[in-house]
Amino acid sequence: MSAKLTAKNVYKVFGSSPETALDLVEQGKTKDEIFESTGQTVGVHDASFEVDEGQIFVVMGLSGSGKSTLVRMLNGLIPPTSGSIMVDDTDVASCSGEDLRKVRRDKISMVFQHFALFPHRTVGENAAYGLKVKGVGASERREKAQNALDQVGLGAYADSYPDELSGGMQQRVGLARGLCAESEILLMDEPFSALDPLIRRDMQDELLQLQRSLKKTIIFITHDLNEALILGDKIAIMKDGRFVQVGTAQEIVGEPADDYVAAFTQDIDRSRVFKVKTIANEPRSLTLQDSLADAVERMEKLERDALFITEGDKIAGVLSYREAAPALRNGETTIDPVLNRDYAAVQGEAYLHEIYEAASAGMPIAVMDGDAFVGVVRPSEVFAQLVRGEEAAAEAGDRMTAA
Amino acid sequence: MWSPSDIYEMPFGDWVDFAVKDWLVPNFRPVFQSIRIPVEWVLDGLDGFLNFVPMVVFTVVLVAIAWRAAGRGLAIFSIVSLIFLDLIGVWSETMTTLAMVTTAVFFCALFGVPLGVMAARSDRFLKVLRPVLDVMQTIPPFVYLVPIVMLFGVGTVPGVIATFIFALPPITRLTNLGIRSVREDLVEASYAFGSTPRQVLWEVQIPLAMRTIMAGLNQTLMMSLSMAVIAALIGAGGLGLTVNTGLGRLDVGLATEGGIGIVILAIILDRITQSFAERRSSTSPSLTGILRSLFSSGKPARPAADKQAA
Repeated sequence: MSAKLTAKNVYKVFGSSPETALDLVEQGKTKDEIFESTGQTVGVHDASFEVDEGQIFVVMGLSGSGKSTLVRMLNGLIPPTSGSIMVDDTDVASCSGEDLRKVRRDKISMVFQHFALFPHRTVGENAAYGLKVKGVGASERREKAQNALDQVGLGAYADSYPDELSGGMQQRVGLARGLCAESEILLMDEPFSALDPLIRRDMQDELLQLQRSLKKTIIFITHDLNEALILGDKIAIMKDGRFVQVGTAQEIVGEPADDYVAAFTQDIDRSRVFKVKTIANEPRSLTLQDSLADAVERMEKLERDALFITEGDKIAGVLSYREAAPALRNGETTIDPVLNRDYAAVQGEAYLHEIYEAASAGMPIAVMDGDAFVGVVRPSEVFAQLVRGEEAAAEAGDRMTAA
Repeated sequence: MWSPSDIYEMPFGDWVDFAVKDWLVPNFRPVFQSIRIPVEWVLDGLDGFLNFVPMVVFTVVLVAIAWRAAGRGLAIFSIVSLIFLDLIGVWSETMTTLAMVTTAVFFCALFGVPLGVMAARSDRFLKVLRPVLDVMQTIPPFVYLVPIVMLFGVGTVPGVIATFIFALPPITRLTNLGIRSVREDLVEASYAFGSTPRQVLWEVQIPLAMRTIMAGLNQTLMMSLSMAVIAALIGAGGLGLTVNTGLGRLDVGLATEGGIGIVILAIILDRITQSFAERRSSTSPSLTGILRSLFSSGKPARPAADKQAA
């Protein structure tokens, strides 16, 4: 995969003489110190990142962290003070107005927090705005707008006006406007923040579903870590204009870079971040031909309550110690009679919260990759992973309050 | 008690007198005379046309417009009041005043809207323009009547020019205000999809500012009408002249006839233009949209609303 958008050492200083502020930045002064001495605000501080084609890159931060400034620099709505932002071969940070317009028309479109739909245009005209600006003819515009609206499930509303639609529907129009321009990069500036929680969930799911077929490169801004974790292939956490940590959802939650990130991840439902495969153990299974004595001995040695028994490359069933040990004492020699052929299996890509029910049976769960048996998860390990987060967060919280 | 004027009395009036009489008038009279030409052209055309159209035809057309724009109430009022004006014998004067006012409003819109757009896009230009507009709005018209006569002569054209000075500020100010109060994120969205500044202006800012601009047009129109009498002091005809003549002869009846004519014109024109400004609360109409709705059949509602109702 190649990088679609690359930002290198991007700075933004708001104020009358950004150079002096940049000098202070180089001397290692903090944002507050610089504001005190010069009255200038460092909006974005040395942001560097790459977004691969087809990836969802989420920038997460609280208000004032510079995330909205950052996303506006990517399409030149706010010119950066220094640094470069390459979109394919064009440096948005330094190109001419004409080139910048070309990038905006053909390569980058944007979805806004408060929808920013034009109230004097119909939904269809709103969706087609990017094409109209480009000079595309009316009939082609209408056809493409209809396609885009169909994609977001608003095909029937092309002739309505935005104020006749609900908030969620309006943002779908905003999304359709972004899709209709047929650009490869979609900037989304807190697109779901103004929506009700339930509708927000729907929109997130729908975005993921659309993304599966569209494969756009998406830069998504949010202040909601949950949203970031659900959507992001790669997540950047921003604080005071800097990237504190960049990584996958599991990296952010599993190994928070500092106390700030740890404090954020404290309330996160880890079962929705971690996949089953991250806690799976190597399967120490026996085959159906092995003797019951071997099986019991192995369980005792490994301190396990149960073992998977295979037959060829398939799983034959699960053998529990509770049943195997009495059977051995009663003179049973083969595994087959005491084998429990009912067993739980999940895909390695599943999230932990999806295996709660299977785990509640107390038996180990087989982890599959397609049809192949690749690992075992014991119920106790599921809860160990969840508890680990609580402990880490509590520690971080203590440190934060102590400091 | 001592005051600074004990030492020096400033002949400010003499300076202004000198600047106008001995410098502006001899050096620039041809320039000002050439300004007359387009005004004269529009004014004579309108005046000739309005006085040529038979009273009945004009009434029917105006009543139709009033009906479309503001409803049945205004239509009935228009019929009754126009017939009344004809009965009391000031029809021709009314048409002349209407021509003057329309000409003044036309030139106010022609210059005021672009000035307002420029002021909205440049804070520096607004800083220069604002005191000029303040002066135009607050200086008593009588003060500039004399230099206008010197530069443009007497008659209806100089009257229109005086009206122009008096009535230009509201439409300029409200155009500026309207464009500046277009939601920032809409402008941003427009730019984000690759619009040129010109496209942002025509596709987003002007349509969304149209309501405010129309309110400015309404104000400009009202101020033009209120200048009708003052303009008559420098030779403009119409209802203003009727009022002035009545005043000179202490003829209360004649003055009232002229005054009532101005009031009736003001009410009809105000209601019609206000309905343009108020129409369609969220979706501001474009100018062509307004014109189309005036001439098309059916209620001037939004097409989508019609479709959904159907």
